[in-house]
Amino acid sequence: MITVEGLNISLPGFRLRDINLSIKENEFFILMGPTGAGKTVLLEAIAGLIPVTSGKIIIGKNEVTRLSPEKRDVSIVYQDYALFPHLTVQENITYGLHFHRIEKHQAEKRLNRMLEILNLSPLQDRLPINLSGGEKQRVALARALIVNPRLLLLDEPLSALDRGFREEVRNALKKLHQSSNVTFLMVTHDFAEALSLAERAAIMDKGRIEQTGSIEDIFQRPGSTFVADFVGMKNLFAAQFRDTRAIIKNLEVELGRQPINSHGYIAIRPEDIVISKEALHSSMRNSFLGTVIGVFDQGFYYEVHIEVKNVIFKSLITKRSLLELKILEGADIFFSFKSTAIHNF
Amino acid sequence: MKREPFFWVTISCGLVIMAFILLPLIELMTAPSVSMLKETIKDKDVVRSIWLSIYTAGSAALISFVFGTPLAYLLARSEFRGKRLVEGIIDLPIVIPHPVVGIAILSVAGKNHWIGQLFSELGIRIMGSVTGIIIVLTFVGLPFYINAVRGGFESISPRLEKVSRSLGASMFTTFFRITFPLAWRSMLVGIIMCSARAISEFGAVVIVAYHPMIAPVMIYERFEAYGLKYSQPVAVWLVFICLVLFLILRMLTLRKPKEA
Repeated sequence: MITVEGLNISLPGFRLRDINLSIKENEFFILMGPTGAGKTVLLEAIAGLIPVTSGKIIIGKNEVTRLSPEKRDVSIVYQDYALFPHLTVQENITYGLHFHRIEKHQAEKRLNRMLEILNLSPLQDRLPINLSGGEKQRVALARALIVNPRLLLLDEPLSALDRGFREEVRNALKKLHQSSNVTFLMVTHDFAEALSLAERAAIMDKGRIEQTGSIEDIFQRPGSTFVADFVGMKNLFAAQFRDTRAIIKNLEVELGRQPINSHGYIAIRPEDIVISKEALHSSMRNSFLGTVIGVFDQGFYYEVHIEVKNVIFKSLITKRSLLELKILEGADIFFSFKSTAIHNF
Repeated sequence: MKREPFFWVTISCGLVIMAFILLPLIELMTAPSVSMLKETIKDKDVVRSIWLSIYTAGSAALISFVFGTPLAYLLARSEFRGKRLVEGIIDLPIVIPHPVVGIAILSVAGKNHWIGQLFSELGIRIMGSVTGIIIVLTFVGLPFYINAVRGGFESISPRLEKVSRSLGASMFTTFFRITFPLAWRSMLVGIIMCSARAISEFGAVVIVAYHPMIAPVMIYERFEAYGLKYSQPVAVWLVFICLVLFLILRMLTLRKPKEA
């Protein structure tokens, strides 16, 4: 259990205010937020690399707020890998073992396990300059995990990678988390990463935590307009897949394709949902008759909530369409969306 | 393709500057005969003064290394109020006229100042001593060491040190296992820059210590007493040594450092 209580940090030109977090043992927890929200500062404070003004950081049963970083058993992995350029892959990975009293035999066993899990054996004697981005990040992961930390901090570990490598490292992360009892705390910008890796998350903005909760909660029930705006994808549903169809509660949605890489979610952006008076006979594969349960002014747009079979869809329409279609609460209305507008993760 | 006139301006200015630097040096180096050079290097006074120059400049570099490295690290890694002021103070010895440096040091080391009194009670002589020369050379060379090493530290990502700490290494261990192996090249460059600057100092040294005689003072004396012809061979030997230092510097900085 990692607990952060009322944490305040003052840096020149930046402040973290009243941060409260509680992460369960062996959980995969995600921290999201726009650039400059203070995510990296929070990670470095938990690692002991930035002095804390007030508040507490508790890892397990021990308060570590004033403990120096080398005594915390907290490893960190950065977006830019931060490999030691003068050391080989093997020397990089085993660096931390020098400072933990570990038998030689045990150390070798751990090294071999890391090399195997992360598929690094053929690269052992290379210098970091001769590695690809994905390889570098796998080395950084091995180096961080070989010391058996209580907590692994990941600062956007996938953002600097090309698409192919990103998938590779993401799978490695998942595998590492499942095969160890280390708690993972990861910063990311990418919703797909968040959904595929974590159960719970927190959203940060301007040095504060805006919302903490299960990923689904955060996406479906944003606690503030900031979070709602930030997550963007307002129609997010846990779904089961049957062939090319997704089933949300009792509602069947046509994907028009086999679901790929499925973690059991589908999402539709609100602007992709079209509202009409009559059923549309067009290329839209999904068309439903629902009841309007709410209309919300969003400035330039209106957000319309439509319920069908206990599933609530959110659509964005212009004020003009709202008036033309005479949308009122309680009215029955058709809405449709293309199967290509459905994202699944 | 027809070259722009601007291109020819840049080329001709470059050529003028090359000639401006190289002509006097080549003229100097080729003026004394080989036999004269041989004879000069057999002169015990000349050897002693050149050796003293190397020795004092090297000592100044060593002192800069010991005291300057931590300060360079501090300047590279932390932001604090008055940092600009500290940086300005470090650069002061570069902009102060050389004889003024000598006079300033003497005014602290003289009998009218408590530091000078303390030194004389301890039996340390500044005026006309090797100690005095080393103090002066450290004063003028220190900025070159600190600036070079500071740049070296700045080019090492602080994240490497952070990762090292998080893996269980103390700050001292981190410095010796990570920072130093990545920064030693810049320290060596700093040492060479500092000693190259120190070995060429004349104006400040001549005020603090005419004797024992470092090479630049001897060159000046021979020029004053016997004329150009007698000062040239000593100058050639000194230039030769400075060139060797310079060559080592170029070799070290031209080699590409490893990238992360």
